[in-house]
Amino acid sequence: MATLALPGADNAPLSTPSDDGSGRRRKGAGGKNTTAGPVTYVLLTLTALVAVFPLYWTVVAGSHTNSEIAATPPPFLPDASLFTNFRLALEQAPIGKAILNSVLVSGAITVGTVFFCTLAGFAFAKLQFRGKGLLLSLVIGTMMVPTQLAVIPLFMMIAELQWVNQLQAVILPTLVSAFGVFFMRQYLVQSLPDELLEAGRVDGASTFRIFWSIVVPVARPAMAVLAMLTFLTAWNEFFWPIIALTTANPTVQVALAGLGSGYVPQQGVIMAGTLLGTLPVLVVFTILGKQIVGGIMQGAVKG
Amino acid sequence: MTIASDAPREALIAAPPPVTAAAPRRRRTRLTRNRWGYAYVAPFFLVFGAFSLYPFLYTAWISLHKTSLSNINGGTWVGLENYRNLLQSEFFWNAARNTLTIGVLSTVPQLCMALGLAHLLNYKLRGRTFFRTVMLMPYATSIAAATLVFAQLFGRDYGLINTALEAVGLDRIDWEAGTLSSQVAIASIVTWRWTGYNALIYLAAMQSIPGELYEAAEIDGASKWQQFVHVTIPSLRPTILFTVVVSTIGAVQLFGEPLLFAGNGTTSGGSSGQYQTLGLLMYQQGWSNFHIGQAATTAWAMFMIILLVVGAYAVIGRLRARGNR
Repeated sequence: MATLALPGADNAPLSTPSDDGSGRRRKGAGGKNTTAGPVTYVLLTLTALVAVFPLYWTVVAGSHTNSEIAATPPPFLPDASLFTNFRLALEQAPIGKAILNSVLVSGAITVGTVFFCTLAGFAFAKLQFRGKGLLLSLVIGTMMVPTQLAVIPLFMMIAELQWVNQLQAVILPTLVSAFGVFFMRQYLVQSLPDELLEAGRVDGASTFRIFWSIVVPVARPAMAVLAMLTFLTAWNEFFWPIIALTTANPTVQVALAGLGSGYVPQQGVIMAGTLLGTLPVLVVFTILGKQIVGGIMQGAVKG
Repeated sequence: MTIASDAPREALIAAPPPVTAAAPRRRRTRLTRNRWGYAYVAPFFLVFGAFSLYPFLYTAWISLHKTSLSNINGGTWVGLENYRNLLQSEFFWNAARNTLTIGVLSTVPQLCMALGLAHLLNYKLRGRTFFRTVMLMPYATSIAAATLVFAQLFGRDYGLINTALEAVGLDRIDWEAGTLSSQVAIASIVTWRWTGYNALIYLAAMQSIPGELYEAAEIDGASKWQQFVHVTIPSLRPTILFTVVVSTIGAVQLFGEPLLFAGNGTTSGGSSGQYQTLGLLMYQQGWSNFHIGQAATTAWAMFMIILLVVGAYAVIGRLRARGNR
């Protein structure tokens, strides 16, 4: 389940995602003047090691057999056996298919969520219609509904539609997000000048044409952030896919869940499989990590 | 369902009149009174209503029926019997207890460490972006992947933690078999995944605290620690409450970590249910035992627990606010 934070009302526009977070802008705020001492660096480095170690250990354990892993001292470097274990993992669990499915599912959810949330965010930010305030509070209220508890009727629904084991069963329910609507609204309220819309109006453009050629270009930086966060959440979604899908047509998470079910689990193979299923997001994260950090911080509640 | 069906219908009725060559002034009023708004927000309400709100409410209805997975449409009305059974079931109380202890074991250290980490990250740092990004890597790792790795680390025979314990002369621990040990292990997965994320949330809030507050505190001779306690923490209170609520909702629904901790996806949560959570119990009732009605009852009970706990936070928050005045 997505646990993204609520954007505050005083969000700064995210037009410069390359800027390192929001620190520089607020120079002098909150202890920022204090330069970190050596203790801070030591503590942060230790925390960073704890954050990274389990991932590194996946690579190491993925390169070894059960007894090698349990040896004293344990191995601390990966080796070429990793590729043998990759092959075994691909044979034992449908990880190749799962990665393809996850790309399809997360891609579809991302495109749908970004589109629908931008549409709704634009309407809430710039269009006037009766009941708008009430509807906006309803959107925020929906974040309080723990949808994980709704899986039983949802499962009955997809069983009725014969969608069990079909990818649309995991795409459709997550095609919108209340966080996304609110996130896009906050951005557009601040970054889209009314004059621009009026100019489009005067030129006789329809509302949708205005949306497509004026709103979307302005909204692009926020859409990119929302897309990254949505893709990450969709890729890692666990609870509903494990109910709606089986290993016959799995997403990565469903395939990983089935990985350890052998009678004598081979740790190396399990770890290699885990690594295969996690590698795509880790690669994306390594490239876009800075922007994802910025997005989460900009989406955070401001006291 | 009401939301979902109302919004689009209104949107259809409210289609705007065909565009005619109207004066610019009229166009201006049309933008501020634009009924396309309904059409634009309709997809959200349609999808949410059909796939979240309707099933969520329907869960309550199912919980009043004796229904099995093989016969999902024909259940018999049993009133509150499922709830009575649930409250008398030792499995429910066991799962509720485990959910509570794992929840406390994961949420409290997680948020405390996140707060400290945010404070460290708020210093003027070299490699600030690097540290922030690395802290967030566990968040990018899925529940399934994280649990499989931690299950390896906590493994009895091949686990690195036991190897380390032995190396320093301590006994190996059968982490999975013990009640407290398995719960500590599962809580550590949750803590690992979420600490960095929460630290960034706190950091964002810390950076919006006006610098004057610190300057004033400094003039009053407050030490760095006093500034943290008397300026930072009070300013963060709404954010802290928010993260506590979000973590609590997550903790009540904890599912994937206990499901995969033994490695083979058993729904019993250990041989004696020592780490079975409410989420896992619901899954077991519905998809292992095929008692959909019972599973729905557990789901609704979980929702009640969430309401109770979040309500309690709200009351405590209000009382504290009054006390401070």
